[in-house]
Amino acid sequence: MEQIQTLNGVPLKKQIARALFKQKMRALLLIAPLLIFILITFVIPITDMLLRSIDNSIVSETLPQTTASLETWDPKAAQLPDEATYLALYNDLKLAIEQKNHTKLGTRLNYESSGMSSLFRKVGKDVSKMQASVSYKEQFLAADKAWGDLKTWNLLKLYSPEYTTGYFLAALDMKKTPDGIEMLPESDRIYLNLFARTIFMSIVITALCLLLGYPIAWLLANLPMRTSNLLMILVLLPFWTSLLVRTSAWKVLLQQQGVINDILVWLGVITNAGRLELINNQLGTLIAMTHILLPFMILPLYSVMRTIPPSYMRAAKSLGATDWTAFWRVYFPQTIAGIGAGAILTFILAIGYYITPELVGGTQGTFISNRIAYHISSSLNWGMAAALGTILLTLVLVLYWVYDRIVGIDKVKLG
Amino acid sequence: MKLKPIFAAISVATFSSGLLAADMAKEMTIVSWGGAYSNSQIKAYHEPYMAANPGFKIINDESSNEAVAKLRAMAEAKNITWDLVDVEGPDSQRLCDEGLAMEIDFDKDLAPGTDGSTPTKDFGDSLINKCFIPQIVFSTTFGYRTDVPEWNGKKPEDLCAVFDTTNFPGKRSLEKRPKKNLEWALLCDGVEKEKLYEVLSTPEGVDKALAKLDTIKKDVIWWSAGAETPQRLADKEVVIGSTYNGRLFDVIEEKKQPVAMLWDYQIFDFDGWIVPAGLPEDRKARVMDFLKVSTDTQHLADQAKYISYGPARASSQPLVGKHAVLGIEMAPHMPSNPANAKRFLVNNIEWWSNNEDEMNKKFEAWLAK
Repeated sequence: MEQIQTLNGVPLKKQIARALFKQKMRALLLIAPLLIFILITFVIPITDMLLRSIDNSIVSETLPQTTASLETWDPKAAQLPDEATYLALYNDLKLAIEQKNHTKLGTRLNYESSGMSSLFRKVGKDVSKMQASVSYKEQFLAADKAWGDLKTWNLLKLYSPEYTTGYFLAALDMKKTPDGIEMLPESDRIYLNLFARTIFMSIVITALCLLLGYPIAWLLANLPMRTSNLLMILVLLPFWTSLLVRTSAWKVLLQQQGVINDILVWLGVITNAGRLELINNQLGTLIAMTHILLPFMILPLYSVMRTIPPSYMRAAKSLGATDWTAFWRVYFPQTIAGIGAGAILTFILAIGYYITPELVGGTQGTFISNRIAYHISSSLNWGMAAALGTILLTLVLVLYWVYDRIVGIDKVKLG
Repeated sequence: MKLKPIFAAISVATFSSGLLAADMAKEMTIVSWGGAYSNSQIKAYHEPYMAANPGFKIINDESSNEAVAKLRAMAEAKNITWDLVDVEGPDSQRLCDEGLAMEIDFDKDLAPGTDGSTPTKDFGDSLINKCFIPQIVFSTTFGYRTDVPEWNGKKPEDLCAVFDTTNFPGKRSLEKRPKKNLEWALLCDGVEKEKLYEVLSTPEGVDKALAKLDTIKKDVIWWSAGAETPQRLADKEVVIGSTYNGRLFDVIEEKKQPVAMLWDYQIFDFDGWIVPAGLPEDRKARVMDFLKVSTDTQHLADQAKYISYGPARASSQPLVGKHAVLGIEMAPHMPSNPANAKRFLVNNIEWWSNNEDEMNKKFEAWLAK
């Protein structure tokens, strides 16, 4: 088939492609600042953080000769490594101590087995006293009996590879052993329970927000402008108040000697000895978080409801529908887009919440994010924090996918 | 604050030609805990130093409770914006282990005591590692309300009153972490002080401690910030609770609440400074100069005028005077006062640095049960 050509002899197809390409480039150039900004401040740091959940290069970088020498060592033989491995350990440690890396390695290995931290701190002094004339194996064994313990060597071998699944396993209450992967004993399991609790409570909070927010949004959308504006300010006012102030206010209200209990005692509903426990438990987290996240549900609902003409309801009623049928069959289906948007916004905010559960959640009302914060700022186990964060991110993405299948994300509207 | 290194670079570039090696930065950022504690440091250390060095400025940052994580992030970004950081003993140990804090030559970098003793001797046990410059001794101990009707006039006299809900009913406030709680539980379960960590190092010992805590678990409200216990005591939300002794001093002496101290088996800790590793020369010179002046015998004693924490130097002890505002004698309120320190523990940093992760896991699992 003959190709259609433009006036200057270039095939039309090519010319169009060129024009489109130019257009695309221009568009790309226009969004480039934003794209670069997002890449630098968002994508790269997050990827870097997530990669920490598998990074284990510190062991092989600090002890290169030892890990190489351990490759041929068989833990199943239940024999200590040979003299050559101890010599390798001596050489590695000597260099590591000069660069002050040995204590870092100790901290890393202590995440897996208690006691490594001080073993490596102490070895700094031991190594400086060792002499080449005596067997290094004997000198290490004399310095600390942990060096003659198969467990220490098993650990070093298990964590020799540059990448590890160790953090992820720990985040799922599992552990690596020379015989494979095992569940932790019941008394040491915490994370699975926390993940389940985080998801369950976030769903309950979302449901509560919807239950409370729907009538308010309806009121806002249907009252005359002047009254609804006033109401809107009441909705937004707490939104502009500091989160900590709001959470502390809930403390004052809910605690056992607090306002609500005082009033109930005064009214005679409860006795002084039977004051209700409304805070420092799951209930406290539910109440405070529902209050804090309520605007995120009301606003999308309101903006969708505003667009529904009141004549639809009147038409339904004039055709003989009862109030309930008119609402359920005509009004409600039109607000689904707003419910969808509000629910996903509230849920995703709730699942990552940290400060409010910490302050009012007691022991039963804390979330997985509280553990992530603990590992970031307190235990400094960033690998663990990254693993927990990755799992949480994956969970959210999975739930998002399920949500898309059920509700349909294209139906979600913010206004 | 971000601009600081640039300023420092400019000032070095401009003046480096004609200046001595002892050129010092014109400002420095000191990180501390905020509140009454920062205030006591500003009065005792910052203001006198600024008065003696016109044109020099101290910037206060209140990030000490997240100092370790932030210092690690700064070191990774190779942009250290802090010059001097106030941390607790165990944090200094971790910073030192990670190479994030500079090692100090105590006898060279610090001033000798007024009684002529070397800094190493004068600071004594408070020198817990090579990087930590101690300022104060504080303790974690209990305070109780003095007006609980259900107690029928009885007063808690020893630590085990905390675990005695028959004689002393009511809610307790304990810190939401295993450290200190496990020790106290074992002490009240009949374990001797000398054998504490030997027992805690066995799984049975930990179970034993948690079983003891189980007896009061339903009566405990857990805290994570030091200000929570004093607030709860004042609100009558709890009848007895643990916190730092300075916070209790504040409730009792300044806020005049009906609360009293229970010093039995208080747990001593040190708080002090570390210098971040890798500071440029001019900033390092300034920090070291500040440290030498501020940690001398008189300056350390001065801090006790503003807060009830004891100076870390032995030679400072006799100089502890009256509270600057309240005018009361401070010595009886010091954790190290012999009457208060009949029975005590010292935070076992070495043991906890090894076992904190594991204990934390067990403790969290126990809490969730």
